[in-house]
Amino acid sequence: MKIKRNIAVSDSGFVFNPTTGESFSTNPIGLEIIMALKSHQGPAQIQASILDRYTTDQVTVEKDLSDFFDMLARLDLLEQDEKNQD
Amino acid sequence: MKKCQYERPLIQRLNVGLMNKFGTRTEYVPFTHIDGNSIKALLAAYGSPLFVISEATIRQTLRDAQRAFRTRYPKVQFAWSYKTNYLNAVCCVFHQEGSWAEVVSGFEYQKALKNGVPGNKIIFNGPDKTVGELELAIKNSSLIHIDHLDELYMLKELCMKLELKARVAVRVNMDTGVYPIWDRFGFNYENGQAWDAINKIMLSDMMDLCGLHCHIGTFMLTPSAYAVAAYKMADLALGVRQKFNRSIQYIDMGGGFASKNTLKGSYLPGVDVSPSFDQYAEAITTAILNAGFGESELPMIVLETGRALVDEAGFLLGTVIANKRLGDGRRATVLDFGVNVLFTSFWYDHKISPAQDFSRYTEDTVIFGPLCMNIDVVRENVPLPPLNRGDHVVVHTVGAYNLTQWMQFISLRPAVVMIDMNDQLHIIRERETMSSVEKDERLPDYLTGFKL
Ligand SMILES: Cc1ncc(COP(=O)(O)O)c(C=O)c1O
Repeated sequence: MKIKRNIAVSDSGFVFNPTTGESFSTNPIGLEIIMALKSHQGPAQIQASILDRYTTDQVTVEKDLSDFFDMLARLDLLEQDEKNQD
Repeated sequence: MKKCQYERPLIQRLNVGLMNKFGTRTEYVPFTHIDGNSIKALLAAYGSPLFVISEATIRQTLRDAQRAFRTRYPKVQFAWSYKTNYLNAVCCVFHQEGSWAEVVSGFEYQKALKNGVPGNKIIFNGPDKTVGELELAIKNSSLIHIDHLDELYMLKELCMKLELKARVAVRVNMDTGVYPIWDRFGFNYENGQAWDAINKIMLSDMMDLCGLHCHIGTFMLTPSAYAVAAYKMADLALGVRQKFNRSIQYIDMGGGFASKNTLKGSYLPGVDVSPSFDQYAEAITTAILNAGFGESELPMIVLETGRALVDEAGFLLGTVIANKRLGDGRRATVLDFGVNVLFTSFWYDHKISPAQDFSRYTEDTVIFGPLCMNIDVVRENVPLPPLNRGDHVVVHTVGAYNLTQWMQFISLRPAVVMIDMNDQLHIIRERETMSSVEKDERLPDYLTGFKL
């Protein structure tokens, strides 16, 4: 899974897609995940890192991550060809 | 290493230009307490969901309304509209503050009597009063507001039989410039029906015409409609004085003042658009003061205000059951109460607050109730921070009509607690139980026992 290469992300959680002109806002943990995807980390690695640093549990993170990735795909922020792959 | 507080990741498209000019208002602080009692403790003690009534808010709101009218007019009487919320504890707070009772059925009439309201301080409205109910009302000297000619004749006959005089008023409907006109109740002003009914009563010695009554609609956002109504009522009262040399004792302006709720489809929140009691009072009292009554014959103004007096005193507390993503990508949250107990979600976009800390990030969310019905939508679209299963929410401004129109449907109805003036808790209606619900059911013998 990869974030589209030209997507711009600011430190404050502002996400911009220059191809469509659309902008998005994300919360700090969402920003972290997007940055991790940008640096080519996979879902398993991201999940482990969240579990390591936040007070939460595996089931919650798994559920929330899958929902978040689904949203990224819906908002057309993922590379097309990899949209349906893990 | 200390771990950080977790929050569900979320991302939302920014719709530039689509927000209204005031922005979408979201609450930035959690709503954790009502009158000194924590939401968490309330739910732990009484279960979820739970209705909470703030006695202090009721008294404060009524006093505010009374001040608005009494500073402008010498004779004002509020009568509590039972149908709006007839939990006895709520009614008795209003009666302690001096409100009479306004009822629209034999059931409500009995409730008012049982609560200790003297018969002559009960206003009996509505199109469906039975012979037995009218008889009792005549004997108790209650104020019987006549809705139609059939009732007028029935009442006359009863009075003759009982050899008692009834104290009555005529319910009048009229064009106030707000549509639709509520012309199904009472006698019409413009076509002369109301004047005709008044004459029929004045010429009968079995009935004492004490007052004139109207109720021009509900959630009226234009105070000027009340000015028109008050002017027409005063015109009828002055007509009576001129023709019969008799003063009308009171003009009852009914209910209908808007509460601070937001009507569905409204562009701006109710707190910003609903007129104040002062605005309504100004419209009504100015019209009556200027109508041409002599100082000593000014009629008393009666008000049957319902929702505007009790809506804000009611809260519904509940719990998040689940979060989902809908087929079209919208976030959905399922709560443990639905339209079965929050009937007013059909009319209002109720304000909903999380009851625990949250961040400033929000996501547009559909709020569903737990019923297995497509209509069970509490809010169609509300920006809310990420809520987790088990989190608590508070729905505001639910004190009017929910506790009378709620349904026992699919699940048991929740308890209702009142917080008194010293922040102490009193259960004023128990949570329903299997036995309280089945108490009136009967199972024929031949249906007991079967093999599957
Ligand atoms: C005769 C009468 N009086 C008073 C009320 C209370 O109205 P509201 O709650 O709009 O103030 C109603 C409500 O329908 C009513 O029918």
